[in-house]
Amino acid sequence: MDLAQFLVQALNGVQYGLLLFLVASGLTLIFGIMGIINLAHGAFYMIGAYLAYWLVGLTDNLFLAILLGIPIAVAVGLVIERLLIARLYDRDHLDQVLLTYGLILILNETQKILWGSDFHGVPVPEMLAGSVPLTENQAYPVYRLFISAVCLGVAAGMWLVIARTRLGMMIRAGASNREMTSALGINIGRVFAIVFALGVALAAFSGMIGAPVSSVYPGMGDRVLIISFVVVVIGGIGSVKGAFIGALLIGLADTFGRVLVPDFASMVIYALMALVLLWRPQGLFGRAP
Amino acid sequence: MTDTTRARPSRRRFLAGAAATGAIASTGFVPTRFAIGGQAPVKVGILLPYSGTYASLGEAITNGMKMRIEQAGGTLGGRPVEYIAIDSEASPPQAPRHTKKLVIKDQVDFLVGPVHSGVALAMAKVVAGRDKPIMIIPNAGANALTRGQCARNIFRASFSNWQTCYPCGQVMADDGHKTVVTMTWKYAAGNEIMAAGTELFKEFGGAVIKDIRVPFPDVEFQAHLSEIAALKPDAVLAFFSGGGAIKFVKDYAAAGLKDSIPLYGPGFLTEGLTEGQGAAAEGIKTTLHYARTLDTPVNRMFLEAYKKAYNKEADVFAVQGFDTGSLLLQAIDATEGDTGADASPAMIEALSAAEVPDSPRGPWRMSEAHNPIMDIYLRQVEGGVNKILGVASRDLEDPATGCKLDT
Repeated sequence: MDLAQFLVQALNGVQYGLLLFLVASGLTLIFGIMGIINLAHGAFYMIGAYLAYWLVGLTDNLFLAILLGIPIAVAVGLVIERLLIARLYDRDHLDQVLLTYGLILILNETQKILWGSDFHGVPVPEMLAGSVPLTENQAYPVYRLFISAVCLGVAAGMWLVIARTRLGMMIRAGASNREMTSALGINIGRVFAIVFALGVALAAFSGMIGAPVSSVYPGMGDRVLIISFVVVVIGGIGSVKGAFIGALLIGLADTFGRVLVPDFASMVIYALMALVLLWRPQGLFGRAP
Repeated sequence: MTDTTRARPSRRRFLAGAAATGAIASTGFVPTRFAIGGQAPVKVGILLPYSGTYASLGEAITNGMKMRIEQAGGTLGGRPVEYIAIDSEASPPQAPRHTKKLVIKDQVDFLVGPVHSGVALAMAKVVAGRDKPIMIIPNAGANALTRGQCARNIFRASFSNWQTCYPCGQVMADDGHKTVVTMTWKYAAGNEIMAAGTELFKEFGGAVIKDIRVPFPDVEFQAHLSEIAALKPDAVLAFFSGGGAIKFVKDYAAAGLKDSIPLYGPGFLTEGLTEGQGAAAEGIKTTLHYARTLDTPVNRMFLEAYKKAYNKEADVFAVQGFDTGSLLLQAIDATEGDTGADASPAMIEALSAAEVPDSPRGPWRMSEAHNPIMDIYLRQVEGGVNKILGVASRDLEDPATGCKLDT
C-alpha cells in the first residue's frame, strides 16, 4: 500500500467511524447515560430510514423529510417512554432487555404493515449529489463528506448539552443518583422522558440521513444495533467522548482490517473490543466501578 | 406465526384464503369421509422467509405460486389446496425443526421452499429419499442441491448459482476485457457465482487480479472500492442482492468507478432494484434467466395478471414461484389427484421429465439432476429497466457434477 492509498483508506476509516458515531449516538444517550439497555435502537434506526423513504416520496426533498420526520420520532419516543420504559427504571436489566426486544418485533411488524417488504433506495439530494476527485480514477461522494460534517455537529451538540447546560447537569445527576436528584426538586421522570425521546430521535435521524447511502430494507437495523453496542462499550458507558473515539477507532480498524487481513475482516472490530476490555474493563473513557 | 402466510391481504388472496378455509371447514371435522372421495385437501407445506431482509422474496414466491394454481382453477388434481406456511426467517439453524414439523406432524404432500441456500441444504437432509413429500425449491441456488446432494424427490424450479453467471465470463471477454476483480459477500452463494462467472473468462485468457470478499451481510464497501480504484482492472464482476445490491451499485457510481471500470454480474444485482438504484445502475450488464422486459405474450400476460392480483410489479422470484405452481400441477395431474405414498413414483417420474412451456422466463425443461435447463439472457440497464440484449447462453444446463440419482 503506497502513501496515497494509505491516506485514501484512512479517510474511508475516519468517515466510516463518524458514521458509526452518528448511528450509535442515540444509544450513547439511552444506554450510556441513562443506563437503559435499549435493544430497539436498531429498530428505531430502521424506522427513521423508512420515514425518510416515505417522506421523500411525499415531499421530494430529503431535508424537508428530515424536518417532518424528527417530530414524529420524538413523539414515538415520548409515547414509548411514558407507556413502557418509565415502568422499568427500577427493574433490573433483564426486564429492559425483554421489553425492548419485544419492541423490535413490534416495530418490525409495523414497518411491514406500513411499508411492505421491498427494498428501496432514497436518492441523494440534488445539490449534494456530486463527487470530489480523489485519485486519478476515484472520486469521493460529496454526500458522505456532508454526513461526516453532520456527525461532527451532532457530537459537538451532544457534548455541549450534556457538559454545559442545565438539562445536561440534570441528566448526569439523574443518571448517577435518581433518588437524590428528585429529592432536590428536579422532575427526574420528565428529564428521562426527554432523554429517551432524544435518543430515539437521534437513532431515527441517523437512519434518515443515512438512508441515501444505506438503502432501505427490512431488518436493516439488526447490524446497526450490534455495532452501536460495540461503540458504546469500547468508549466506556456514560461517555460521549468515549463513544466518539471508540467509533473512530472501530471505523479505522474495520477499514484497514478489510484491506490488510481480508480473511479476518469480520473479526477485527470484535477483536479490538476484546482487547480494549481486557486492558480497560470499563471502556476507554468509562469511570472505574 | 405458523399457520398463515403473514403477507398483506389483497382481495384475491382473501378470496383464495376464504376458499381454502371453506374447504378445511367442510373436511376438517370428518376428514375420512371426504378423503375416500378424493376431496381431502392437498397439503402444500411452505417454508419461506416472511420477515427480515428476505421477506419480499418469500412473498413474491408465494404470490406467484398461488396465482398459477388459481389460474388452473384453484385446485390441485381437482382437490382443494391447503397451504401450511412457516416463516423460515432465512435461518438455517431453525430449518430442521420447521421442516420436520411440516413433514412429520403435518404430513404435507408437497414442500415448497426455501429462499436461502443454507436453509435449503438443511431441509434437503430431512426430506431426501422420503416418498412424501416432494420438495420443490423456488429459489435457493446452492449448486450442491442438484449436484452432490441431489435427491429423487427434490426438484428445483429456479436456478443453480452456477447458471446465473456462467455466461458472465464470455460477456466480459467479448467486451474486450483482459483483467477483472471479483467482489461479493463471503458466503457460499457469492463464492459459487463468482467461480462460475470467471470460469469462461479464464478460458478466454482473462486474468482475475483479486477476489474481494466482504463479510456477509455487511454493506460498508468504501474500503474495497478504494482497493478497486488502485488495482485498475478492466472490469469488475460483482454479486450482491436486495438492499446490499442497491447500496453497492450506488456506492460504485458515487466513487466515480462506473465510467472507467464497467460493472458486470448475475442479474440479481439489478433485477427489480433499478428504481432504488436510479442513474447509478445505467449501463450495467448482467446475465439472468429472466428480465421483466422479456417481450413474449406469456410474460406480458403474467406481469399484467400479477399486477392485477397483488397490486405490485412481479419480479424474478414471482416467476420462480409461478413455475413452482406449474410443477405442482404437473405432478398431481400425473396421478389424477392421488398423493398417497404409492403415487409418489409416478409424480417423481412426471416431474423428472417436466417441461414448462408457459413460463414467463421462456420455455424450460427439467434436467436429469432436477434443475432447469433454460436460456440465460444478457441484459443491460437502460432508461431504468433491464433491457434484454440477447440470449447469452441457450439451453444452459448445470454440469450436475457428482449427482447420482437412484431411480
